[in-house]
Amino acid sequence: MSAPTTGDLLRELAPQVLGALVRRHGRFEGCEDAVQEAVLAATAQWPAEGVPDNPRGWLLTVASRRFVDQLRSDHARREREAATAAAEVAPEDVPDTDDTLLLLFLCCHPTLTAASQTALTLRAVGGLTTAEVARAFLVPEATMAARISRAKQRIRAAGSTFGVPGGAERGERLRVVLHVLYLIFNEGYTASSGTELHRTDLAREAIRLTRAVHAQLPDDSEVTGLLALMLLTHARRAARTTATGGLVPLAEQDRTRWDRALVEEGTELARASLAGPALGPYQLQAAIAATHTDAPTAERTNWPQVHALYLILERIAPNPVVTLNRAVALAEVRGPEAGLTLLSTLEADARMAGHHRLLSVRAHLLEKAGDLAGARADYRRAARATASIAEQRYLESRANRVGARDPGHASGPPV
Amino acid sequence: MRFLISLHINPAVLDALTDEEKAAIGEGHTRFIEELKASGELITTQALVDPSQAVVVSVRNGRPVVTDGPFLEAKEYLGGFYLVDCEDRARAVELAARIPDTRFEGLGVEVRQVMFADGQWDA
Repeated sequence: MSAPTTGDLLRELAPQVLGALVRRHGRFEGCEDAVQEAVLAATAQWPAEGVPDNPRGWLLTVASRRFVDQLRSDHARREREAATAAAEVAPEDVPDTDDTLLLLFLCCHPTLTAASQTALTLRAVGGLTTAEVARAFLVPEATMAARISRAKQRIRAAGSTFGVPGGAERGERLRVVLHVLYLIFNEGYTASSGTELHRTDLAREAIRLTRAVHAQLPDDSEVTGLLALMLLTHARRAARTTATGGLVPLAEQDRTRWDRALVEEGTELARASLAGPALGPYQLQAAIAATHTDAPTAERTNWPQVHALYLILERIAPNPVVTLNRAVALAEVRGPEAGLTLLSTLEADARMAGHHRLLSVRAHLLEKAGDLAGARADYRRAARATASIAEQRYLESRANRVGARDPGHASGPPV
Repeated sequence: MRFLISLHINPAVLDALTDEEKAAIGEGHTRFIEELKASGELITTQALVDPSQAVVVSVRNGRPVVTDGPFLEAKEYLGGFYLVDCEDRARAVELAARIPDTRFEGLGVEVRQVMFADGQWDA
């Protein structure tokens, strides 16, 4: 392992320092701004002057000073209070507890939109600068800064406090946290030309944060399941795209390019999560991913098991996309007609009618069933419906391939 | 998700508006821009000059040919756009509905998702 960079160190320390400040002052909004300024100062100074001996103490001192400055300028009348604050926070004051989870609970406040939750989480818990978050989501820094500031205002207006909510609310909030981490991961996983580098970083960032949650809640099977799902998905990353950025479907991926260490770790976690008392959607998705990575070749995939897992997933978390995926598995087990029959139940669903995924799955099943003209038409319609360029190229190439096999659609005289 | 909210304007309809109506549209856009900035959903907005000022550029036999525009013969022309980054399609539609143009027959407001983006935002 190479030495951690300033960025790595800051990402690890920023939430600890923020946690310490919020514990002390209770004002998440102001503390978060102060830590962000300390992070920016460190980004500028550490690479040039070297990392201080006690980087956490350094950050805490700078952030405390910024917090006090803020209080002074915002409310001159609170000067006495500010002086007290400055006196109270000493570097050795940082508690050893990991505040990551507490901060996640705050950043994933249910009054915020998912876009605000992800942005705030990456800045406050991930230790990223506003500019980095903006780059990752391809928006101007000013746009991201406004979004983060609005999110913090909302949290303050909701009267939220730093701490783990109790009872049923705790479970609800943890579900939101996991969903936000999942969204960050997906944002990084979605191939998007020109921006792939930043997006990979988001996937890694999501894994890092999920590992931190897992470290605090090792017995929560959904947390374990989510981490397993991310690792098993990330393991296939190198095989998922061609050198030119084209998509490679699971069945055609070069399995020797999968990251074996990640597959092993993910599989182990998926297995551990299933030992828990209840089954949740992340555990099931991890189990499905593990079934795929278990197969030495695409042909030897245990499709009956994949189908059975989707069936359970459909029952505990009904969702048309799950049914869509089950149709693919069902077609492998019982033939394309069975899959198409299941798909037809989705066509009446307003959420799915005309959706590119429904069209592309139907095209795939029609192709398997030998209806090449129907497959070609659906691949084309799917290509028009998607918002992803990589996916559009893939679907168009499928349409052309099917067209070339279909004598009724020969595109010109043979040469 | 990024969406382009484009404003399609029929110049005849625009000319027929009263000064009060025109002023109300202007104020409506100003307010809309302020709201979008505060919520962190605005990427950029740009308004275009009258279509009579457009030229159409083509290259024929390797030589550029510049002719009077606009390219499309239409009743409505692209007048400008908002580029927004928001939660989902439903939110984009909700935002579009706040644009004053939507209140007038002959002023079209269209919402389309962005597929690819590149460039310097903070240059």
